[in-house]
Amino acid sequence: MSDRERSRPQGRDNEQEEAVEEVEAAESSATEGIDDLLDEIDSVLEENAEEFVRNYVQKGGE
Amino acid sequence: MAVHKVIGTETEYGVLIRNQPDFNPALASALIINSYPGDRVRVQWSYEEETPGRDARGFGHDGYGVSDPDSALVNAVLGNGARLYVDHAHPEYSSPECFDPLEAALADKVGERVMEMAMTRAQQTVPAGQIVKLYKNNSDGKGNSYGAHENYLLARETSFGRIIRYATTFMVTRQIFTGAGKVGSENGRPGVPYQITQRADFFEEEVGLETTLKRPIINTRDEPHGDPGRYRRLHVIIGDANLSEYQLFLKLGVTALFLAALEDGALPDPIDLADPVESCWTVSHDTRLRAPLSLDEAGTATAVDIQMRYLEWLAKYVERELDDPVWDRVIAEWAATLTDLESDPMLCADRLDWVAKKRLLEAYVDRDGLDWSDAKIRALDLQYHDIDSRVGLYHKLAGRGAIRRLFTDEDIEQGVKTPPSRTRAYFRGRCVTQFPDSLTAANWDSLVFDTGDTHLKRVPMMEPLKGGEDLVGPLLDQVEDAAALIQALGG
Repeated sequence: MSDRERSRPQGRDNEQEEAVEEVEAAESSATEGIDDLLDEIDSVLEENAEEFVRNYVQKGGE
Repeated sequence: MAVHKVIGTETEYGVLIRNQPDFNPALASALIINSYPGDRVRVQWSYEEETPGRDARGFGHDGYGVSDPDSALVNAVLGNGARLYVDHAHPEYSSPECFDPLEAALADKVGERVMEMAMTRAQQTVPAGQIVKLYKNNSDGKGNSYGAHENYLLARETSFGRIIRYATTFMVTRQIFTGAGKVGSENGRPGVPYQITQRADFFEEEVGLETTLKRPIINTRDEPHGDPGRYRRLHVIIGDANLSEYQLFLKLGVTALFLAALEDGALPDPIDLADPVESCWTVSHDTRLRAPLSLDEAGTATAVDIQMRYLEWLAKYVERELDDPVWDRVIAEWAATLTDLESDPMLCADRLDWVAKKRLLEAYVDRDGLDWSDAKIRALDLQYHDIDSRVGLYHKLAGRGAIRRLFTDEDIEQGVKTPPSRTRAYFRGRCVTQFPDSLTAANWDSLVFDTGDTHLKRVPMMEPLKGGEDLVGPLLDQVEDAAALIQALGG
């Protein structure tokens, strides 16, 4: 049993608090993940977005 | 009794050669096809056997499917049984006939790799400064759409009226897990920042023969590519090209299962939408998946509600009728995905292209304070579909494990070289590899050989499930040349 649990013995509140902490931890690692990802993608992004989008013209197919 | 659901896909790729002053998409497509470095034979595609103008409702018109004397220039059959060719202004990969949805999902990914190999080789032939690009998407964002079609084998006796009655609502609502996502709207539809599919905006009819204008939810092309007395082929045009392996499996698996149950009479009364075409747009534009769709009877249901009902029906059908564990997997993944879509669609960012891309674009909108109509967001949308694995954003996500994979790179390389083993694609692919100089013409249901004799020899393949390794493998291992093969086949 952890110190924290001993000092706050109401199990239910405790579980909720831990659940919140877990969610926050997961969110922060997801955000870190996405920041890394964006950095990686920045390095391969089309340099001139406007020109790229304007010149992407296809004929209809099928 | 349902016929075995043989499955295949046809995907047209967006093509571009940057900095080429006189860029012509048809020529660029031909360059791609002719650059493919793997096993392939350039063949005459025998159009006389094809009847894309025949309508499953019993009428048709002439003028479609004209034979093109130059077709050998832009038509190749590959050692894996696929067809690689130019369709109008796009390079297209038609997968070999596959035995189950897992194999068909792999075959579709193999097509991407084939295109990447062809693109890489084509790049070496253009002047310095020009860049060859291919995109696996279905729209240029300016009102032009190109297709990603699915094909499912059905029994001839399955009435087309029943297919229309049941499959229309299914096709409209499955968009929640078939979409590849798109920034904005097109074709005069109401503006949205982002929508679920690339294609919904282009669908304007419930049923019809067209594929290039006034596109119908149910396409009636009656061209079985097999014994017309026994088979139909349902040509599904309301789908997006997918990069996610998981999503390909889900799309092909659930649809094949739905059609099998329909054929077996295992579905309760159909769920009819009051306005299928309007619902098609509504579903695609509703990224929160909460929009009520008006039903014919009265009342409303969301796309998720309706798919949940299909899931319930089909889970029972699988339990009762099907032994192959691949169908249990389809049910399990479908259930998991629908549950996640219902609670929070963003949970599917690891599986569905439209969600993965939305999450990525939202992160850019947030970080850079961009508007959804910003050119950078539109550029990111396109780049998600870039098939160059060094710069394509799908590849960046999959490479980091942010999108689940079902196959390894080795599976895909293997699929480039070898045909599926349980359909006639096996025979076609082996003949390409073994007798490239004797094969002169091909179609899905025949091969034509020049064995040096006075007549060309045509080998019909009217049964999609005949011609697999079991049946023809030992024979192909024995024969030395095409003449010996024809002789052994009794011709």
